[in-house]
Amino acid sequence: MDWEALWLSVRLGGLSVLILVPIAIVVGRWLAVTAASGKSLIEASLALPLVLPPTVLGFYLLVAFGAGSWVGRLWQDVFGHTLVFTFEGLLIASIIVNIPFAVQPIQRAFEAISPDLREAAACCGLSWWRSLWRIELPLAWPGILTGMVLTFAHTLGEFGVVLMVGGSIPGETRTIAIAIYDRVQAFDEASAGKMAAVLLLISLVTITLSYLLTQRVRRRHD
Amino acid sequence: MVRRIGPFLFAFAIAVALIGAPRPWARGLPTIAAASDLQFALGEVAEAFTEETGRQVKLIFGSSGNFYRQIQQGAPFHMYLSADEEFVLDLAKKGFTPDRGALYAIGRIVIITPHGSPLKPDGGLKHLGAALRDGWLRKFAIANPDHAPYGRRAEEALRHAGLWDALRGKLVLGENVSQAAQFATSGSAQGGIIAHSLALSPNVSKLGTFAPIPQSWHKPLRQRMALLKGANDTARRFYGFMREPGGRAILRRHGFVLPGGTR
Repeated sequence: MDWEALWLSVRLGGLSVLILVPIAIVVGRWLAVTAASGKSLIEASLALPLVLPPTVLGFYLLVAFGAGSWVGRLWQDVFGHTLVFTFEGLLIASIIVNIPFAVQPIQRAFEAISPDLREAAACCGLSWWRSLWRIELPLAWPGILTGMVLTFAHTLGEFGVVLMVGGSIPGETRTIAIAIYDRVQAFDEASAGKMAAVLLLISLVTITLSYLLTQRVRRRHD
Repeated sequence: MVRRIGPFLFAFAIAVALIGAPRPWARGLPTIAAASDLQFALGEVAEAFTEETGRQVKLIFGSSGNFYRQIQQGAPFHMYLSADEEFVLDLAKKGFTPDRGALYAIGRIVIITPHGSPLKPDGGLKHLGAALRDGWLRKFAIANPDHAPYGRRAEEALRHAGLWDALRGKLVLGENVSQAAQFATSGSAQGGIIAHSLALSPNVSKLGTFAPIPQSWHKPLRQRMALLKGANDTARRFYGFMREPGGRAILRRHGFVLPGGTR
């Protein structure tokens, strides 16, 4: 059992959620109310990671962040090491591939809030910020929770992109999914089986918890 | 007010905990990227090295071609053991290694068939030819010749035997020779061509029987290693250990032919 890899995956998932979800709330809220002309194109771009093969994403990230790109060189100048094959690089990749998993449920949740409610809040003199904080966020909470859980669970399960930009470095980029792959290649089926079972259990518990919480929140609102 | 910023503080605390958490496992051990035919042999070498010096290294196994690409993109490896010396020599030319490194072993390829396979493991590949002619061969595993040295040598041997064109449609390609071994012995393929060092390991040898393919049928698998820029002291000592009698004996036991000098 590779605890190091499991902990790395959990950290990666937790940080992806913490960084991505606030962004997704802002973007999702905007997409829910806007009538901007390019809205469909923006939505389509944000949904791309859902349909693109991980190898395509991984390839682009490798090209964009690699030592040959200006992003990669800038990063190397500032931090003294490359962006690919590091935990930070993996985190950026993880945030990008998880965009649709966070934005879509949150956008749907904001869309479900009646415009009347928003107008009523504005009429009562609530600022944009107070209206978001006091009225919309509590109503959208189940969607936000779903976005958080999907992002976390999807990070634990992500394989293709990590394989392309990670490099399976223990303690740095070897996630639990990669560790399982490595163990299978080493004909170590006992370890692979154990890790697979742990991952299955964690995923099941996480998703069950989110369903339970969502149910409770819904009941409170009804 | 506290209620309002409370969740932010909470999230911030978690973020700090996750980023700043000590990484108890990462203690600055040098990472060594090795061709996957060393999967079992190098683990043993590393154990012997730790016993002798009290120092540890981190081993990663994969396709030599992939590591070659990753090193050029800045992968933070300290040492690279390739199954094909061309990759190391090219990195040396491009300035990624301080020198041309050292030849550490000559690899061999074998044909392996899983227990219960109708295919007989014969080094002359005659039975494989018969299986192709009679049309009962379904799947045959080798490593991907595009970037895995053992795949290239397997292709050369199959071409030498005049079987390549007939076999092409039946091939399953492993990402590296270790995965090819996985495919070859899984029972889903009738056999495959893999590294001698893998076929000898207990994990693989219990799954099938194998026979060596004549070395004259393919270009030699000259395996070269090199330190990379930024290699630390432990990596340097490991590099030295690979060329000492202790390290060499382990490689020999795992089916590698050892080069005479330490050029």
